[in-house]
Amino acid sequence: MKNAIIKIISKYNKDRTRLMDILIDIQTEIGFIPDYAVTQIAEDLHMSEVDVEQTVSFYHFFSLIPTGKYKIYLNNSAVSNMMGRAEVAATFEKELGIKFGQLTPDGQIGLFETSCIGMNDQEPAAIINNLIFTKLTPFRVKEIVRDIKEEKPVVEMFSASFGDGKNASELIRSVVSNNIRKIGPILDPNYKPGEAIKQIVKMTPTQVIEEIKKSNIRGRGGAGFPTGLKWEFCRNASGKQKYIFCNADEGEPGTFKDRVILTEFPRLPFEGMVIAGYAVGATEGILYLRYEYKYLEQYLEDILENARKKNYLGKDIGGKKGFNFEIRIQFGAGAYVCGEESALIESAEGKRGEPRDRPPFPVEKGYLDMPTVVNNVETLCSVVKVILHGGEWYKSFGTTESTGTKLLSISGDCRFPGVYEVEWGFSINDMLDMVGALKSETQAVQVGGPSGALIAPNEFNRILGYEDLATGGSLIIFGRSRELLNDVVLNFTDFFIEESCGSCSTCRIVPSVLKNKLKKILNARGVMQDIDDMVEWGKILKASRCGLGQTAANPVLSSIKNFRHLYEEKVQKNKVFDSGFDLSMAVKEGSEATSRIPNF
Amino acid sequence: MNKIVKFSIDGVECLATRGQFVVDAAKENGIYIPTLCNYPGVKPKGGCRICTVKINGKLMTACTSPVSEGMQIENNANEINEIRKAIVELLFVEGNHFCPACEKSGNCELQALAYRFHVMAPRFPFSFPIRKVDASHPKIIKEQNRCVLCKRCIRAIKDYKGRSIFAYSKRGNRVEVGVDSKLGKELTDELAQKAMDICPVGSILVKEKGFYQPIGTRKYDKNPIGSDIENLVVSKP
Ligand SMILES: Cc1cc2nc3c(=O)[nH]c(=O)nc-3n(C[C@H](O)[C@H](O)[C@H](O)COP(=O)(O)O)c2cc1C
Ligand code: SF4
Ligand code: FES
Repeated sequence: MKNAIIKIISKYNKDRTRLMDILIDIQTEIGFIPDYAVTQIAEDLHMSEVDVEQTVSFYHFFSLIPTGKYKIYLNNSAVSNMMGRAEVAATFEKELGIKFGQLTPDGQIGLFETSCIGMNDQEPAAIINNLIFTKLTPFRVKEIVRDIKEEKPVVEMFSASFGDGKNASELIRSVVSNNIRKIGPILDPNYKPGEAIKQIVKMTPTQVIEEIKKSNIRGRGGAGFPTGLKWEFCRNASGKQKYIFCNADEGEPGTFKDRVILTEFPRLPFEGMVIAGYAVGATEGILYLRYEYKYLEQYLEDILENARKKNYLGKDIGGKKGFNFEIRIQFGAGAYVCGEESALIESAEGKRGEPRDRPPFPVEKGYLDMPTVVNNVETLCSVVKVILHGGEWYKSFGTTESTGTKLLSISGDCRFPGVYEVEWGFSINDMLDMVGALKSETQAVQVGGPSGALIAPNEFNRILGYEDLATGGSLIIFGRSRELLNDVVLNFTDFFIEESCGSCSTCRIVPSVLKNKLKKILNARGVMQDIDDMVEWGKILKASRCGLGQTAANPVLSSIKNFRHLYEEKVQKNKVFDSGFDLSMAVKEGSEATSRIPNF
Repeated sequence: MNKIVKFSIDGVECLATRGQFVVDAAKENGIYIPTLCNYPGVKPKGGCRICTVKINGKLMTACTSPVSEGMQIENNANEINEIRKAIVELLFVEGNHFCPACEKSGNCELQALAYRFHVMAPRFPFSFPIRKVDASHPKIIKEQNRCVLCKRCIRAIKDYKGRSIFAYSKRGNRVEVGVDSKLGKELTDELAQKAMDICPVGSILVKEKGFYQPIGTRKYDKNPIGSDIENLVVSKP
């Protein structure tokens, strides 16, 4: 075993910045990161053990203790719950005889929770040994557990046929569905890979940037920064090497469009990276892919290999002397915050995914301290279309401020969850019609995932766009029967608590404080003051370093703003103060141990 | 190239060297911006967020932001001081801080900030976490109840090979600062003392030594934190 570890470390040239890859390989080989591996890594990489462990313990999918031969990670997103997760979870626990977070006594099977895995349109879903299982039912769970106990290989456990499109291809063979429901220029099936590369080699890098600027395209990852400008900053920054990152961390609960692009049109973002590389003068690109999408690895590697053969990657691309560009895939290991661009860079350097202080921005000082462009998958796809058809053409879609189209990941209470490509400027009302959700039955729509806003019916005429509801494209529909505070706000707040990197005092502490208040209200112990406190205390989060902390109060704040009555219904009207302290609960354990019933 | 830049803090015109961090630039102008995780000579990592100021209208941390020409900084404003005070309170409720029994009382920056911000009782409920006291290392005690996770020790204390003796573990509200079990054994007296001194609270304590300096005569017992900066006679460059 020790030899295997030494081999893995050598494979990455004992390079400290490749610690993520080293850990992923060890975790895959051994099932966890044993003590002797930590010791070996520390020795070879010239760091202390505690330093190795700080990276290991940051990521959800790494473990310092055994987690079983079969590792089951059941998604705990709000939509998973809405689609029947509770029964599925209970069946897993019953059939395996263990609780979440535990291993079976023989050490063979581990059962864990995990944040949204990008399958919101086919929940409840789980990852078992890197393979995805969707639309789970108690019956399916029993079958799976039976197969596991018979020690069947996980690939043989699929009962349904493979998913649509490329999901069924030889190198994926997954039951995941694409659910592409509406196509536009990005999802155009007639896309011919390489055409845009032929186009740019006839242009100067500056002309490429000018064309992108002309299109007015803004980043699709959520922050909406103008792409052309970002590239220009990077081009003008000095550095002996520059890097292009494609951000495929896709961790915002409710988004899954990047997964669909990478399954159906993987050449598109890769081509976009090559274009970006040409424009800014970078020769290396990295696709930072969330670990949840590990099942796409072979397929994507194969696509890259083919691109090399076709000279869309490698040396003298498109026959242009000196136009070199390579792409490698960097996996994450389970951390939403790694989608934040500077955390993503830290992670790709083998460290904890803690966002950096800015300035300096990645375009000046990013990966390995060199100028770096980080772009979302979809942004890089749009770029290809801009090159093919021109910035003017691109501007003919969308609104003046928000040009082009947007891929929406739509899930929740509707007939047709899936991926829709629409022009910016689309209203929530139109969206509901499109996905088969009755307005009379719709209580709320979460726009932009947990970090976005919970919108009430009186605002359904608002439009999607940077000028109104800016969004990375996660839309979740909640029907009348949903308990918004419990099913949505509490779940989202838990998500932020779980996913904070923990380095800002504000982001580390305030969400838990808000959660306790919310639970107090849900337990009928709240008073009016509690609602006002939450509004006040939520503001403190604005002093956090990154977008995660800055938006972590949004579930609470936007629900109080738009659904205040739900809170007011639950608080005690006859009291101005309630400590929320429950004496009988506090002494419960002691009372049980001593078999005494306290008489309060 | 003109290296001196002009900027303002709360409307007061200031001068500093371009690229200096705002906290340091303010200090040179006799203006105190409260800090906790920041430590002179150690690479900043805006963690505690107490030095939050508004730079050109945006909330930023003064310990990590370099000054530039024409910057308008708001420091002593109600909104900002409210955030700072809240953060001090948050740090109190996050851990278990019993000042009267703490070896660092009077030298503790968290305590001193609480005095400065007139924290009587935190507005947030205490979380009374269960944390351990790690006394397994020969030279130091790591008192997790008091750790404010500022990362000073992580950033500043390295062994002779440059390896970290302290590091974070886990994430979110479960983070902890751990001590390397091997390097912890090799810690020199000098480095142990440095670690204790650099810790703003009483979370790193040198063993077999205590209360050398009597309470009542310690750093912040007589003068509030920041007063040294505010009483500085500023010589304009
Ligand atoms: C907590 C957090 C998570 C993020 N996750 C993602 C993500 O999964 N994918 C993404 O493209 N951008 C994500 N972003 C935004 C990135 O920081 C960055 O703005 C984006 O990748 C830039 O690409 P774009 O300009 O093409 O949108 C996230 C931001 C934050 C604060
Ligand atoms: S806001 Fe939260 S996630 Fe972002 S850097 Fe701060 S602690 Fe980390
Ligand atoms: S002193 Fe600046 S963030 Fe802590």
